[in-house]
Amino acid sequence: MNAAFDTVLIAMLGGAIRVSTPFMFVALGECLTEKSGRVNLGLEGTLVLGAMVAYAFSYHTGSPWLGVLAAGVAGSVLGAMHGSICGLPRVNDVAVGIAMMLFGVGVAFFFGKPYIQPNAPQLASIPMGFWAASASVRSALQVNPLFFVGILIAFIMAWSLRNTRWGLIVRTVGDSAPAARAIGISVNGVRLLTTTVGGFLAGVGGAFLSLSYPGSWNQGLSSGQGLMAVALVIFARWNPLRCVVAALLFGAAGALGPSLQAIGVTEGYYFFNAAPYILTLAIMIATSSAKHSARDMPGELAMAR
Amino acid sequence: MSDAPIANVSGGIVEVGSPRPASDLAIRLRASSEYVVIPMLALAIAAGLFALFLLAIGKSPLDFVFYVWRGGFGTSFSFQNTLQRSAPLILTALAVAIPARIGLIMIGGEGALVLGGFASAVLAIPLIGHAPPMPTLIVMATFAMLVGGFWVGIAGFLRYARGVNETISSLLLSYIGIAIMNFFVEGALRDLSDPNKPSTKPLGKAYMISTIPGTEVHWGLVFGLALCVGLYFLMTRTTFGFAARVTGGNFRAALAQGLPVGRLIVACSAIAGACAGLAGFFEVAAIQGRANASLAAGYGFTGILVSFLARHNPLAIPAVAILFGGIVASGGLIQRRMDLPDATVLVLQGLIFVVLLTSETLYGRFAIFKPAGERDRT
Repeated sequence: MNAAFDTVLIAMLGGAIRVSTPFMFVALGECLTEKSGRVNLGLEGTLVLGAMVAYAFSYHTGSPWLGVLAAGVAGSVLGAMHGSICGLPRVNDVAVGIAMMLFGVGVAFFFGKPYIQPNAPQLASIPMGFWAASASVRSALQVNPLFFVGILIAFIMAWSLRNTRWGLIVRTVGDSAPAARAIGISVNGVRLLTTTVGGFLAGVGGAFLSLSYPGSWNQGLSSGQGLMAVALVIFARWNPLRCVVAALLFGAAGALGPSLQAIGVTEGYYFFNAAPYILTLAIMIATSSAKHSARDMPGELAMAR
Repeated sequence: MSDAPIANVSGGIVEVGSPRPASDLAIRLRASSEYVVIPMLALAIAAGLFALFLLAIGKSPLDFVFYVWRGGFGTSFSFQNTLQRSAPLILTALAVAIPARIGLIMIGGEGALVLGGFASAVLAIPLIGHAPPMPTLIVMATFAMLVGGFWVGIAGFLRYARGVNETISSLLLSYIGIAIMNFFVEGALRDLSDPNKPSTKPLGKAYMISTIPGTEVHWGLVFGLALCVGLYFLMTRTTFGFAARVTGGNFRAALAQGLPVGRLIVACSAIAGACAGLAGFFEVAAIQGRANASLAAGYGFTGILVSFLARHNPLAIPAVAILFGGIVASGGLIQRRMDLPDATVLVLQGLIFVVLLTSETLYGRFAIFKPAGERDRT
């Protein structure tokens, strides 16, 4: 029993690292976008398109890192679309997000059909568990470099938001558009930029899905992970570092099902598949309040209402 | 989107002081035509962009139009197929339109459809062979609506009681609903006599819903149309609808007026879920004959687009639903004849959705839609 428990724990640790990476990238992208006062619900579509583009590029060029770059570019295009459309007066960013989600998924499925069968070169992992004797620990600690890149980006983003001129501009735009306009900042320009960069990050998150874990391209690759990451930003109270912690937590929840399967518990496979959604909902309920808007929320977010 | 008026009510006010008072009807027609012309324009632009997309990948847009016509509208058979598919679209579009009136963007129709259909199929298992078909179907439909209404009602309740963003929560509930169905259909409630697709026990021919006499279309279409008319009246001609629209227009004003805001929000969400649940019931009792993964066919998501294109007006929903029912119905033909992937329809829908929302910015920009007296002032 104890050994089984250890197995589950180690599998969950490894799973948390693997599963959390796409959450982390999408959440960081959304965090930046929301810091400037706009919500992009379309990152689910960006994630799926990023996964497809990365897989296709890796397959054709043989270089998975080119795939990651291409996924980022594809994500930026979707982000720029969202950013420029929402810059027009009277356009609702939440609704545009839903549309971009359907559009991104549609485009990904359209061009992704020929890539369901072939195998594309995968991103190599760094064996962080070389010190351990146990094989399961070693396999759990096969960490993809993108995981570290994500953490690095989180630190850079947190630092620059607080300490740089650009960070101040983004936060001003996010907290009060009239104030930003008064000091001569182009509100729509800043938001276009943050949404584009946010799209880039979400696209890279998608590349992780198809090029590392689960590591293949199919139409069921992401079911709601992009959306959950958006919800996660609220829980992380718009702080990039807390986004990383929240992503790890979600990764562990997402790894629960497969980990239990590893020790032979197959009962309720679908229930454990639903665990991340239920956790997201529970967290949203716990962190929201009807009386006042969430702590540290950018003042311009339409979600506040 | 939430502030889209169902009918222009300002007609009586603007004519005061205008040099040549036009008739009330003329002003209303002129103003309302904006809500028809701009979505049409958006459709046309999206169609143009999609044509360019097809040209870019070396396919003929004319062929595409031809096959949509052939597969969705051209023959009596294909048009009936289209109507068959527009029935759930009408209901899932209502599931978006009703909450939109009270200012909520609910997109959980897919989950409510799946869960409602699943619940009705499960309820039917002990009744088949013991109860007569008609009462069984009525009980099934009621149960599907209750379950669907409860499911989306949760999102409404969380919005009111905890301030949880309803767009995200309704979509999350949708994923959970689909997972619940898969859990039971692949496990405890799986019909083991069917080795193919994991499904619940089939209803059997005697318990399936018949078609409208003289057609191949099931009764779900009639129910959908009736609900469109009924809900239009509920939202525009009753105190409930008025209170809901006031809440959608200005939440704080509604609170200050002492309107039962919480109950209104939950009620509108529950109505929405009930519509989607009913769609699930008809998919089970008229098309599939059992509950399985085929229920999650994307009607809930296409319904979002239908409702937005109809500007959340229940009376405009059927026409838009038939248009998209036709596009969905012709998907197979397009796939075979033009050698395009089945996601082609998704790309077209996404493109229309994006262009449509972009066109929101055009409202109020064209002088032609304004009554004569107001033109100079803006």
